[in-house]
Amino acid sequence: MPWWLPVQASSYAPQIDGMFLAILIITGLAFFIVEGGLIWFIFKYRERPGRGGGRKAYYTHGNVKAEYVWTAFPAVVVVGLGLVSNHYWNEIKGRDSVPADAYPIKVHAKQFEWLFTYPGPDGQLGTDDDVAEVRNRLHVPLGRAIVLEQEAEDVIHSVFVPAFRLKQDAVPGMHIRSWFIATRLGEHELACAELCGMGHYKMRARVTVQPQAEFDAWLARAAQGEIE
Amino acid sequence: MTTAAAMPHVGHGEHAPMGFWRKYIFSTDHKIIGIQFLFLSLFFLLVGGLLAMQMRWQLAYPGQPMPGGSILPESMAPGGILLPEYYIQLVTMHGTFMVFFAIMPLLVGVYANFLIPLKIGAHDMAFPRINMASFWTAFLAGGVMLASLFVPEGASRAGWTVYAPLSARPDLSGVLLGQQLWSVSITLLGLSSILGSVNYITTVINNRAPGMTWFRLPLSVWALFITAILGILALPVLSGAAIMLLFDQTIGTHFFDPPAGGQALLWQHLFWFFGHPEVYILILPAMGMVSDILANGSRKPIFGYHSMVFAIVGIGFLGWIVWGHHMFMSGMNPTLGSSFMISTMVIAVPSAIKVFNWMGTMWRGNLRFHVPMMHAVAFVAMFAIGGLSGIFMAATPVDMFIHDTYFIVAHLHYVLFGGSLFALFGAITYWYPKMFGRVMHPGWGKIHFWLTFLFYNMTFFPMHNIGMAGHMRRIYDPTVYEFLQPYQWTNKFITVSAFCLFSVQLIFFINFWWSLWRGKQPEQNPWHDNGLEWSLPNPAPHGNWERVPSVYRGPYEFSSPEVEEDYLPQNRKLPKDPEPPVLTGAVS
Repeated sequence: MPWWLPVQASSYAPQIDGMFLAILIITGLAFFIVEGGLIWFIFKYRERPGRGGGRKAYYTHGNVKAEYVWTAFPAVVVVGLGLVSNHYWNEIKGRDSVPADAYPIKVHAKQFEWLFTYPGPDGQLGTDDDVAEVRNRLHVPLGRAIVLEQEAEDVIHSVFVPAFRLKQDAVPGMHIRSWFIATRLGEHELACAELCGMGHYKMRARVTVQPQAEFDAWLARAAQGEIE
Repeated sequence: MTTAAAMPHVGHGEHAPMGFWRKYIFSTDHKIIGIQFLFLSLFFLLVGGLLAMQMRWQLAYPGQPMPGGSILPESMAPGGILLPEYYIQLVTMHGTFMVFFAIMPLLVGVYANFLIPLKIGAHDMAFPRINMASFWTAFLAGGVMLASLFVPEGASRAGWTVYAPLSARPDLSGVLLGQQLWSVSITLLGLSSILGSVNYITTVINNRAPGMTWFRLPLSVWALFITAILGILALPVLSGAAIMLLFDQTIGTHFFDPPAGGQALLWQHLFWFFGHPEVYILILPAMGMVSDILANGSRKPIFGYHSMVFAIVGIGFLGWIVWGHHMFMSGMNPTLGSSFMISTMVIAVPSAIKVFNWMGTMWRGNLRFHVPMMHAVAFVAMFAIGGLSGIFMAATPVDMFIHDTYFIVAHLHYVLFGGSLFALFGAITYWYPKMFGRVMHPGWGKIHFWLTFLFYNMTFFPMHNIGMAGHMRRIYDPTVYEFLQPYQWTNKFITVSAFCLFSVQLIFFINFWWSLWRGKQPEQNPWHDNGLEWSLPNPAPHGNWERVPSVYRGPYEFSSPEVEEDYLPQNRKLPKDPEPPVLTGAVS
């Protein structure tokens, strides 16, 4: 059984995983200080009736200096983490973070399937040559920025590709864009991450990352209706 | 605080004998109402646990008949095999029962009622009849929610957060009546909480004994006071939202229905504007009671009392500006996400202050490991894990991956079970003598503690691991996904651990009932504590005190050099202590 995060298949997966690791180290340190301290105190200061019977605890109401230290230190750490998070957040999710030349794919989510619409030769969505409504199959070219134009027909769904570290809700009445650059050839799974009804668990699509030429060939076949 | 409000009150110690119904059922005695809440919420804790066991069976052995599942009707589990639509009812109702009908009433309904008057030296609540109404409204709400499991199509299927439009549109969720009952029940529960909060706030402000200044209040009372303020501000929002949802379902409004001009995200904003303060409603009282127990078990004054109070107040304020962190992936403006991320990071600070001060309290103490103390220390240890794992999801880029996965499930159970429920086991054991005049069996209490601690961690810690793999929440069958198949073994491990965790609660259950009749009779102050409640007999009589006691010091004067014993009750007058001025009019 694997113990770490899944395979990294998008351009920003290493950044997100690096952030995860940094937080794991920081919180891990805090974890050992707190739990270690507790265990140490449990043994060291436990009541021992046999020895020095009737010993009283050390009578103190606290220490202002200690309060300053353990207020300021966590504050600096979490605000620092917040600033780093915000940097990556703006890079990945900011409204103007979508690369200008990104290839658009429309995602139409409904109970309980994903319909993907690809632009035709003109590279534009919403024109007559679109390859419309390919069911539960998302094909993307390797190394090219993709922007998903997300909509939902009925209830809230959420596009989740663990290998890309991508998650974005699709909300009825809203048009939401999310982007990624696939960096690893092969097949991945796309799941719905937001409870959308009784078929939620099987609302699944297959993601195929392929070289541009293969992708173009696949899209051409799809345009002819030659895929299932 | 020198204002003196003339408060008429009922409790003068002398009471005409009452019939069974007035004394135990339609009681206005805050202690009886607290005990009523205790039985009600322990019942729902059991129901919530039973639902969780069924979910765990399905996750470990999808599509296999559940042992004993054949007693369920065809509409839930034909042949004992759970249906997807029943599974999401389990998900929804487990969360709903645990949050609204188990943990919240256990902490607030039971202990705000039971402890506030006893600990501040009042005869009863400021409004005893409103208090009774609060319990019976909660009882009705619980009945309606329970009934929703048994109506055609079953209970709500939209998760405990009942996100619209799934919840608002019966044609999309497949359930009409069950979802309407959810809305009705939650509206009633909101009313119950509002009635309770009015009482707790007024009582703490007005009915404190002479000498019980704000900074002599036990931290449990501080925490319950701030919780009541959160409750009175948050629950109306939930009730309002639930009424809007009910209107969408019944009279054809479209608040949450986008095609008709409504907004899907409106529900989320309303729900989490309530929901995040609610998270603190579910932990602050536990923090307060743990502080009381930890000081007692350490035989030491609480470390940094003022910091602890300011941390509670700070959490109370910051709790209002973090709700958007539940919505990072919702399509909300990412810039708004940034500000919610920063406020969420900052709210970790008061929590850290509390953990360090609890450790400071134990430092150089004379630790006495009675059963409540064991639970209190476990609370600190487990809450720390839950708090630290929260930093992962506060960091927005990381949340992008772990949002709506089992990492979240692990986090919230470390806070709600490892935190709140351990504190509650401690609190129940600690104040049991005051409630029932008996002591719970300490040997079985320790066995229950160790087994619970072990199986609890075996159940919830591996959820971090499957969450890191991307295991989604609320899915009926994880084996549908190839990337989750290597983790099916973990799912089985979690399930077996969860069954063990559930089973060992039988020890607590038996100990609780057995001790009611056979428990040892306690001395008047069994834990050698300083609180005012221990100056009363066990159980305390209706009206509590003949004359309310005067208070000479704070609640945590353990190991004081001024006296020979290692405790110094708040109401014990030493020769040097001046008589305190009367703070309120509620004194006989």
